[in-house]
Amino acid sequence: MAMTNPAAPRFAVRTRTRASTIAAIGSAALILVLAALPLFAGRSVTQNLFFILTMLSLAQFWNLLAGYSGLISVGQQAFVGLGAYLLFAWTILGGVDPVLAIVLSGLVAALIALPTSFLVFRLKGAYFAVGTWVVAEVFRLVLAQVKILGGGTGTALPKEVTNDSALVAWIAQATGVRAAVARGMVDYWLALILAIGAIALVYGLLRSRRGLALAAIRDNEAASGSVGVDAVAMKRLVYVVSALGAGMTGALIYLDKARISPDAAFSLIDWTAFVFFIVIIGGIATIEGPIVGVLVFWLIQDELSSFGSVYLMLLGALAIVIMLFFPKGLWGTLADRFDFHLFPIRRRLEFTDRDGEL
Amino acid sequence: MTEIFDTILQGVLLGGLYALFAAGLALIFGVMRLVNLAHGDLIVLAAYLILLLANALHLGVILGFLLALPLMFAAGYLLQAGLLNRVVGDDILAPLLTTFGLSIILQNAMLTGFSADSRRLTTDGIETASLPLFNGVAIGIMPLLTFLAAVGVIIALNQLFYRTALGRAFRAVSDDPVTARLMGIDDRQLFAIAMGIALAVCTVAALFFGLRANFDPTIGPGRLIFAFEAVIIGGLGSLWGTLAGGIILGVAQTIGASINPEWQLLAGHLAFLVVLATAPRGLFPRAVD
Amino acid sequence: MALLETHDLTARYGDFKALFGIDFAIEAGETVAIIGSNGAGKSTFLRALCGLLASSPQSIRLDGEPIGGASPAEIVRRGIAMAPEGRKLFASLSVEENLLVGAWSQKTPGHWTLPSVYELFPMLREKRLAPATALSGGQQQMATIGRALMSNPRLLLCDEISLGLAPIVIRDLYAALPRIKQGGVSLVIVEQDIAQAMAVADRVYCFQEGRVTLTGAPSQLSRDAIHEAYFGH
Repeated sequence: MAMTNPAAPRFAVRTRTRASTIAAIGSAALILVLAALPLFAGRSVTQNLFFILTMLSLAQFWNLLAGYSGLISVGQQAFVGLGAYLLFAWTILGGVDPVLAIVLSGLVAALIALPTSFLVFRLKGAYFAVGTWVVAEVFRLVLAQVKILGGGTGTALPKEVTNDSALVAWIAQATGVRAAVARGMVDYWLALILAIGAIALVYGLLRSRRGLALAAIRDNEAASGSVGVDAVAMKRLVYVVSALGAGMTGALIYLDKARISPDAAFSLIDWTAFVFFIVIIGGIATIEGPIVGVLVFWLIQDELSSFGSVYLMLLGALAIVIMLFFPKGLWGTLADRFDFHLFPIRRRLEFTDRDGEL
Repeated sequence: MTEIFDTILQGVLLGGLYALFAAGLALIFGVMRLVNLAHGDLIVLAAYLILLLANALHLGVILGFLLALPLMFAAGYLLQAGLLNRVVGDDILAPLLTTFGLSIILQNAMLTGFSADSRRLTTDGIETASLPLFNGVAIGIMPLLTFLAAVGVIIALNQLFYRTALGRAFRAVSDDPVTARLMGIDDRQLFAIAMGIALAVCTVAALFFGLRANFDPTIGPGRLIFAFEAVIIGGLGSLWGTLAGGIILGVAQTIGASINPEWQLLAGHLAFLVVLATAPRGLFPRAVD
Repeated sequence: MALLETHDLTARYGDFKALFGIDFAIEAGETVAIIGSNGAGKSTFLRALCGLLASSPQSIRLDGEPIGGASPAEIVRRGIAMAPEGRKLFASLSVEENLLVGAWSQKTPGHWTLPSVYELFPMLREKRLAPATALSGGQQQMATIGRALMSNPRLLLCDEISLGLAPIVIRDLYAALPRIKQGGVSLVIVEQDIAQAMAVADRVYCFQEGRVTLTGAPSQLSRDAIHEAYFGH
């Protein structure tokens, strides 16, 4: 028996916009170009892009934690460094293939993030932030005690892991380049896959019902509980996923560097400060924001990093200025002005008439 | 036996220094709910200021310190009035990132201005003087003075907060800034005064810290973490709790160091994590947060 | 010249307009009551008067001086104090400390000091060292009024002082109002209890949906007129 009023409008929930459809097609083309890049571009191009892609991944995972879930962390370097050290452990001590080791490192980092979350979640707000920093310090100090991985001075990856690994050797044979060059190509492709995966994961999560829950938690945690959202479980999930991402990215970064030390792997500046900057400049709580931010950051880094301390001062000052006057970042401000979204997350209600027409 | 006593004694006195680090941080959080990530760097800045006044102006450390006090108060007032008052509020991202950016600016400004060399504050011999106690255990004069200074600062701050009109106004603003305005209180100005006081306390911390150990522009974040841990272990809302927190942190560190010097920092962090896991509100929290 | 008058006062919360052109006046020594149902804009009006809500400078005049848009601190200095809705005592302060904070803007002591406030509300002296949160609702309301008096205002704004209180307590509170008037304070009282408001007021305004719908002395207003002004029908 029909109880609904046949004259009542039907509606659909959509996130797609016209711009996003165009962007989707454009992205597919871009990905193809990027994938083919190492075959015709020089080594410095792939190296620069490696940097951009890995920083982009880190930024997406930090944004997931801080921008979307409201968990501002100053300790992402904990899992970057942990993932890196795990990679060294798996490959040097366990003889595991480096590509597999990247995945395993991420998983173990996520596993360690789980009990860690129980500790840090006891703190709120800014205290949570400093708590994550303490966790990073603990990881750094503990790993500096692990002598088989070099202790305080660190260690390097042997050739079996870098130039002589299975995948590198296969690529070298297939394309006829030297092992060192093939290694650069492999690392680049892995970075591309990771970046695409990061964006896909974050976008997928946010478009899912979990994403709505996250937005509710960020806006008003107490109220979200009253509509059935398990805020703590959601936040824990996000924390663990972010650690997984940071861990895998850290593993890849240090596979490429082939040399590790506790101070470098757990560097606040490299893995948190720069990520802050990227996300803030680009636009927090958007997926496009970090993409814009990492490009701007790369340009600034390229031009000014030779200025050392002054460069960092400028970066800090720029971040403050953006925070004060453009808190939504470059992309965020523009996107809001023109209601322009390439990775739309906001859901809109579109009404259809009886025949399903808009 | 005396070794253990000595270790614990050193730890307690070290706790005084950590309480000095923490007092300014706790004050600011209490009044305006702001965690200043540049707090440690401001302590280091104060140390360099004392050094500058002591050496460049040939004033000596004590006079340099006395001159640095009002200068750092003014710096704190201006910092709050000019920058931080714009980001105080409900949102935590803005103050966190602003003070984080400030931390980076301060460290690199000091690196540019003073170079990365380790420096030290020196007076004539008092840094190494000690008072013999018993059984060969001696108590360092400097650590003892540091501890007494911490106690003194805490007493002074408590007097300010609980016995003066200004202190009442601070507590009113902390409870309810909007209703405080109805009393005629200018919360923005009060925040600036509070930041000035906090930086003056940082200057006291800087004096005893600089006399005790070497410092360079990059050690600020480490001091912030000690301050933070002391506040969390002790519990929010009570300065005596913060002293207790500092003592526990100091003792954990000295015990760890006595087993293996490389374990000093880690032992402190572990004590912090244990307290966090078992008593998340701290060991001596005030009922009203 | 009126002590305080408003002319075409409007106020909004973001996009939501709460007051539509309020004309209001109170002479020195008067007690004026504002009645109206929930959401009529009564508390909003008081908040605009004491500077918590923005308004244009000319829309509020104190002794003929424009004060619209002034900060709350400035307005307290000029002699307007508020006993806010919900009492809003400072939770970590004792009763006496709450009263003392009220005197923050006082450079020289006036008529209302701790002793005179304790004389007005003896119950507060008994509880002076207790934390403000330990008091009953009626006692808290006394403390809120006392705290506002400590700034020696010429005009005291009382926002819903009877809210949530038992009738006998409300009676005691209102019994103190004449003595406040004797101390030289004019009163604006926002009140849901119409009978109580009419009993103490020299004049009454009725608000409805952000507008003044009725004004006059209590004796001049018929029950039907009030009903219509209050409910709109």
